[in-house]
Amino acid sequence: MLELEFMRLALGAGAVVGVLAPAVGFFLVQRRQSLVGDGIGHVAFAGVAAGILLDVSPIVTALVAAVLGGVAIEFLRSKGGTAGDQALALVFYTGIAAGVVLISAAGALNVDLFQYLFGSILTVTRTDLVVIASLGTVGLAIVGLLYRPLAGVVVDEEGARVAGVPIGALNVTVAALAAVTVALSMRVVGILLVAALMVLPVSAAGRIAWSMRSAFLLSIAVGLVSVLTGLTVSYYADLPPGGTIVLVAAAVFGVALAAGALRRR
Amino acid sequence: MSLAIELSSVSFAYRAGHHVLEGVDLRIGEGAFVAIAGPNGGGKTTLVRIILGLERPSEGTASLYGEPAHRFSRRRTLGYLAQRSELGGDAPATVREVVSAGRLAAGGLLGPLRRRDRELVTEAIERVGLGDFADTPVQTLSGGMQQRAFIAKALAGEPSILVLDEPTTGVDAESQESLASLLARLHSELGATILYVSHEFGAVEQFVERLVLVRRTIVFDGPPQALPGVWHDPSHAHA
Ligand SMILES: Nc1ncnc2c1ncn2[C@@H]1O[C@H](COP(=O)(O)OP(=O)(O)O)[C@@H](O)[C@H]1O
Ligand SMILES: [Mg+2]
Repeated sequence: MLELEFMRLALGAGAVVGVLAPAVGFFLVQRRQSLVGDGIGHVAFAGVAAGILLDVSPIVTALVAAVLGGVAIEFLRSKGGTAGDQALALVFYTGIAAGVVLISAAGALNVDLFQYLFGSILTVTRTDLVVIASLGTVGLAIVGLLYRPLAGVVVDEEGARVAGVPIGALNVTVAALAAVTVALSMRVVGILLVAALMVLPVSAAGRIAWSMRSAFLLSIAVGLVSVLTGLTVSYYADLPPGGTIVLVAAAVFGVALAAGALRRR
Repeated sequence: MSLAIELSSVSFAYRAGHHVLEGVDLRIGEGAFVAIAGPNGGGKTTLVRIILGLERPSEGTASLYGEPAHRFSRRRTLGYLAQRSELGGDAPATVREVVSAGRLAAGGLLGPLRRRDRELVTEAIERVGLGDFADTPVQTLSGGMQQRAFIAKALAGEPSILVLDEPTTGVDAESQESLASLLARLHSELGATILYVSHEFGAVEQFVERLVLVRRTIVFDGPPQALPGVWHDPSHAHA
């Protein structure tokens, strides 16, 4: 399998996303915002559609739309309350509806679209890999640098706010990171399954970890292993890569759940 | 003694026309240990949130060391244990990880904690008697021990004002006693201004020099001994 250029590129892109998605998703899950990744995905879909319509790279337009959507979601969330919840729904559905309208205007309700919805990791080019790897590295570096304040806000947001920690800026940073992650992961697992890669490894790690830091590192390990295993299985069994990757992550979650339950008895 | 906290004619409404606080005047000197008590829904949490600058009064002014509370410039000197503090998320944060979060504002945001900060974290953990549990996930500890972990977190920031909102909710009577005496000891050792909020003030009553009863406004303010007997009646307090 490794003698094939397209598989090497796929594994490279998959590895970056396998690490980045749970690293960013960790902070969303811990703050019970698991669905934010999904919401950003909906907006990214509108971005892809705009890209196809305007004939510019859908990845670029998706990135722009995702960042705008992510920041908008964070802004609405910070207003809080039930109104905030409904505002989130508004962003989700507006995103997907705008996508559908734009895409049909472009006359592209076809294979192209399918690739973005369900991933097309086997068509990753060298240029794609360079973009994914460099943006992914920047994202990971930011997460690493901000790990302590991000973890501190998870532990006690009100306490941090009182002590003058810039909560708003941290939250916007997480939203922007989530948006970049969604845009990069689109090629690997597809818009519909991006959020799974941000959530499932984190849930799995939470069952077996012994500290917050170990939970964070295990999330990344589970993400990476799921992507590489899923890709390999999909290659030999001739299955769709995106779906296979997410099923592997779900299986790991099942195993971690059982292991955690056994340990606690 | 200089003034740490000052509320002047403070009123507050979450919805226009429905005041949960009205005409509150409160002055608390630096280094005081004050219990804030009153029935559920009496406005205690709202009051301390105004003091900390998390809410702004609808009328009147709130200040910390003479500065408007919401624009206070030395926030890192404020420690706050919110009501019903429990760990966000489901990652099994250890006592040390929780307490380290208390060093966030004072220790700088970027990169790992410096040695001095790590020492202060260990010190705070030992102060509250959790030395043997530093690397234990807090969720696996008893309610009383969890609260002590959160108190250690607030202490790690070396606050000059420490606000604890119902730190003994869900904690058995014995741990309530030991928490109260722990706070009394910390108060005499650290000299911080401590506001202890509780709807039942039994445990802390013997340690504080001043008791403030809140029920939409301040209905009693003085030494606990001077409290009219009628207030001790729980049926009255919860009316
Ligand atoms: N965020 C809020 N929005 C609307 N009403 C609130 C809010 N928080 C508290 N209240 C109301 O304000 C009153 C005082 O509440 P609170 O300050 O929490 O009292 P206490 O802490 O003494 O129990 C209660 O009637 C409560 O229902
Ligand atoms: Mg309260």
